[in-house]
Amino acid sequence: MTWFDVGLTALKVVIIQMMILNIAPLLIWVERKGCAYIQDRRGPNRATILGLRLGGLFHALADVVKLITKADSENREVSRPLFILAPLIAVFISLITVAIVPFTEPLVLGNFTFNLQIADLSAGLLYVLAFSSLAVYALLLAGWSSGGNFSLIGALRAASQMVSYEISMGLSVVAIFMVGGSFRLGDLVAIQGENPFDWFIVKLPIAFILFFTALFAETNRLPFDLPEGESELTAGYHTEYSSMRFAMFFMGEYIHITVGSLLITMLFLGGWNLPYVSTEWLRSHSSYALEIIWVGAALFHVVIGAYLIRHYVRRRGFWGDARDREGLVFGIPALFAGLALGAAYIVPKTILLPWWVGPVTVFGIQMGVVLAKTLFFCWVFIWVRWTLPRFRYDQLMRLGWKSLLPLALANIVLTGVMVLYG
Amino acid sequence: MSQFALEKLHERFGSAILETSSVFGNETAVVQRSKIVDACRFLRDEPGLRFNLLMDLCGADYPGRDERYEVVYHLCSIPTKKRIRLKVRCPESDPTVPSIASLYQTVNWSEREAYDLFGIQFSGHPNLKRILCHHEFEGHALRKDYPYNKRGKIPTPDSLVDELHAEIERRRLERPAEERGEVRDLAADAMLLNIGPSHPAMHGCFRVLVDLDGERIRDSVAEIGYLHRCFEKESENHCYTQIIPYTDRLNYLSPLMNNVGYCMAVEKLLSIEIPERAVWIRVLICELSRIMDHLVCVGTNLVDLGALTNFWYFFNARERMIDWVEALCGARLTTNYTRIGGLMRDIPTNTNSFLRECLRELHKALRDVEGLTKTNRILMERTQGVGAITAEDAISFGFTGPCLRACGVDYDVRKAHPYYTYDQLDWDIPVGSRGDCYDRIFVRFEEMRQSARIIEQVLDRIPAGPIQTHDRRVALPPKHEVYGSIEGLMQHFKIIMHGIKPPAGEIYSYTEAANGELGFYIVSDGSSKPYRIKVRPPCYTLYQAYPELIRGGMIADAVAILGGLNIIAGELDR
Repeated sequence: MTWFDVGLTALKVVIIQMMILNIAPLLIWVERKGCAYIQDRRGPNRATILGLRLGGLFHALADVVKLITKADSENREVSRPLFILAPLIAVFISLITVAIVPFTEPLVLGNFTFNLQIADLSAGLLYVLAFSSLAVYALLLAGWSSGGNFSLIGALRAASQMVSYEISMGLSVVAIFMVGGSFRLGDLVAIQGENPFDWFIVKLPIAFILFFTALFAETNRLPFDLPEGESELTAGYHTEYSSMRFAMFFMGEYIHITVGSLLITMLFLGGWNLPYVSTEWLRSHSSYALEIIWVGAALFHVVIGAYLIRHYVRRRGFWGDARDREGLVFGIPALFAGLALGAAYIVPKTILLPWWVGPVTVFGIQMGVVLAKTLFFCWVFIWVRWTLPRFRYDQLMRLGWKSLLPLALANIVLTGVMVLYG
Repeated sequence: MSQFALEKLHERFGSAILETSSVFGNETAVVQRSKIVDACRFLRDEPGLRFNLLMDLCGADYPGRDERYEVVYHLCSIPTKKRIRLKVRCPESDPTVPSIASLYQTVNWSEREAYDLFGIQFSGHPNLKRILCHHEFEGHALRKDYPYNKRGKIPTPDSLVDELHAEIERRRLERPAEERGEVRDLAADAMLLNIGPSHPAMHGCFRVLVDLDGERIRDSVAEIGYLHRCFEKESENHCYTQIIPYTDRLNYLSPLMNNVGYCMAVEKLLSIEIPERAVWIRVLICELSRIMDHLVCVGTNLVDLGALTNFWYFFNARERMIDWVEALCGARLTTNYTRIGGLMRDIPTNTNSFLRECLRELHKALRDVEGLTKTNRILMERTQGVGAITAEDAISFGFTGPCLRACGVDYDVRKAHPYYTYDQLDWDIPVGSRGDCYDRIFVRFEEMRQSARIIEQVLDRIPAGPIQTHDRRVALPPKHEVYGSIEGLMQHFKIIMHGIKPPAGEIYSYTEAANGELGFYIVSDGSSKPYRIKVRPPCYTLYQAYPELIRGGMIADAVAILGGLNIIAGELDR
């Protein structure tokens, strides 16, 4: 391993972790705005910078400022080292699982290969399972060290829930190993190919349902948010936490959702494959793809710009303050950017592009496809949360041990039969 | 009608019945102190009488009399739809009355309240301690010689552990000797969890201390009084009209209904008929309040179960109704809309179209929420069979309203003892079958639909006319008379300066509020201030049954049950 490799890996770590970390505030925004629209209301739209609101995105910024500047409160009963350690574990575990996820196929530029994946372990998925099961320590330590009964009950619930659903999750993945024959995520995506009927969501629907359900339990989201159990245990294991320590649990949760969605994308939805569009085709027709993206981007900007300007014209003076100009501030640049892109369409048409543009375009498309699928699943997580009621503890256990576990075992047998004779 | 009951009592107890009277349709018997338990048992068990529901028990203080303290029992018979009032008197030197806690479970807290506020001792009561006032309170607040402006001291919290221990011990001793087991040492082996008074599921401010076995609740004791505002003591020191704003704060989810209940009681005491239009408007605002109350109750219950979105669907519909209430009286919550003898002002002119639009939105919200919840497996498992109570227990606990109807008892004051125009309207009483959380939610659903039916009929049939009575005992004369004639001026002066003066007497008037029977027991001594007011809040009996309902359930069940009972701290603690 040369110094170049070390530097490149460090760079990849920074890129990927930054990407994942930045999805968290975005998801919080999606959660708040999304639940608002589900619930027939407006959602966050008050925080402004110079009259700009960006659809409530600045609330994420305001939250961050608030959380950083708040005091860390501790009660007399806490066991301090563990109390501080717990949120760190929560974030660390969530971040470290992303290390083996390949976001695209390797980018080959001549004899230099760039793989947007921190570590290509042969154990692959086992590493994810191993590390995500450590996440229970964060909750357990947080609840125990807080020194309160609500926290303790939350921690106990968390421990039993995570251990129970860990098993179903692991077993559901076994079916994929059997069909895919590898632990490497890259290999599993390659096997699925571009035909949607070969994707594991169609081939192994039971495994998908099991994995998806178990993932809800792993991330402590409704209907499985018993460790938090807002109306029962006030806030469960993080009742005693405040400021950034509290925020780290939340970051951990959202990162967990992101990583979980990434895994679902990779394992069940064909990863970076577009349906019916093979990578070979993309490689050989990369200039077409570039043109489509170019025109699409231009049209998108024009439409959005025009919509915002129309919005401004229609509701001029609606607020009577700086917020009124928001439509113009975003609309005019968007419109001009769209027009400029449209005018510059001539560039890919006439000028011979350098040789590396093709592979980089494919790289970008694959990245976009992965992120789109991932964000869709993140949205499903949010959607489900605001639709279903919460389980009760015994019902949760019953579902885990009496329904999911036998189903997972049966699925393995079924898949075995399928692999042998199908 | 129920003179019959008085005759039966005379027949059975003879000279132990000291007095009987029958005023305003309230049959009253004063019973000898030693015979009260027998009299209650007789009234409860005798076929043909069956006074199985003890509505209310309260104390009263008459310092001028030989026998200073009085305990008043209001009994109701669900099968025969009759009512009777019993009274027991005791002297200051020996303020002891036999407890009837063995007959009606609901009596437990009522007797504690009478002890707390009057210092009347109930012999044989299982746990006679203060309930509304804190445990370090000195004196008995509703005694006439207790100054109403006396400052209290700030109490230390009551740990309740001793009470819980006593409760566990009492239940241990109830079991047969061989199954009792050892006395439990709470300090060593119990996991006690203090839920409330500030807890997200305690909508309001009350507290329950539970003894946990894992997630399962073994025993619990409830504490109330955090929102005690001395409603009754304040009422004794204000004139009749000044009490109307206080009633807003009783059940703050449906304040209009409390206004109506109180004014109806005072009007009965004064024997005043209110104009036809005012009657119809009162029915309208009652039913609208019922819908508004149920929307919050079901919405928050679903929030407690984790189904958060439904709450907002309901709140949007409720918000539109509140807009109308705001147009009606200028306030969203502190409505203060009714007046003795009528109403503050007429309804807004666009009422017909606006309320019909509100009802359309209500039906849409009901459909949406029903779609999300009614056949949802998670919700069904969370609520079906949870917190179930049998009809007999519910009656013994004094349940009324939707919670009683969820047990399958079709008792509704609006049908059983129709008041206003309810008997001219076409509507049904929805009943449940199992008395569990699920039934309580969906009985309320159906009641909202029935209330919407009533509102539509009222909007069709509401007559034109005045909204305030012309009876000069309560109504201010018109301005031209005040300025133009000496009689008008004098009447105006008398009402403003001396207030409304009902004749001496007492009344128990009751209406069907959103949570059950809302009763007002008013004693007048002929002055402009009520001598004694006792509110019979429906929540009081419901919350008393709460420790019983959650026993053996999980923490999550406790939260689900509490939401379904719809305890409103404002009327619970008064």
